Amino acid sequence: MASNWKVRAQLSGDVTTVKALISHPMETGLRKDKKTGKVIPAHYITNLTAEHNGKSVLDALWGPAVSANPYLSFRFTGAKKGDSVKISWVDNQGQSDSHTVQVA
Amino acid sequence: MKRRTLLKGSLSAGVLGVAAGAGLLTPQMVLAAWPKAAFDAKSVDSAVKTLLGSDSLSASNDITITAPPIAENGAVVNVAVSSTLKNAESISLLVEKNGSPLAASFNLSAQTEPFVKTRIKVAKTSSVIAVVKSGGKLYSAGREVKVTIGGCGG
Repeated sequence: MASNWKVRAQLSGDVTTVKALISHPMETGLRKDKKTGKVIPAHYITNLTAEHNGKSVLDALWGPAVSANPYLSFRFTGAKKGDSVKISWVDNQGQSDSHTVQVA
Repeated sequence: MKRRTLLKGSLSAGVLGVAAGAGLLTPQMVLAAWPKAAFDAKSVDSAVKTLLGSDSLSASNDITITAPPIAENGAVVNVAVSSTLKNAESISLLVEKNGSPLAASFNLSAQTEPFVKTRIKVAKTSSVIAVVKSGGKLYSAGREVKVTIGGCGG
């Protein structure tokens, strides 16, 4: 699924702060379409991982209670400028996407 | 009779579709197992127990939850959790009054700081609970978020 990503990894001192904004509907499966009255099928990210130079730094499990167009920020140590940070996700419908940025 | 079998057939196909939708049928690209039972749990205790193997939480002052005291829009509530606990292995976020309290859980590596910030849905005024696993023990802290719907933010 092609999606919009906004990811930044900013090094400050020894700590890299990663901020990511992902476009995803995060449907709970509880809402109804107002026009048709049909339940909108659940569609949400279940797993998200972040890797620093190929090594996992964060492994997130998400449920439908994460807001639409999820935002995530976290910090890790041990990175240098120019290192790669890769964020990937998988949702409950089997779609997936990933995005890589360089530590700035 | 034929109509009946057809109905049955389509019904089971429907069930299969729901199962796939709910994540019962593992998609090919799943990176790690997704603990469906923990996300389906209806209480904080059972969600924590299913996810982390224990429900003995000790209240801790070493966990800081940053969340707005009043959220005008419960669909987007900014929550940040940070902790000074050493060797934090995971941070889990739960919303007590949500139908399914578990919102998200983050497993941290040794080089990851015990800090996450994200946006979650809070159905109604509720306590937002953060559970931090450190050294095999569970520590928790809570913070009340008031959700006003249709009001004027009061």
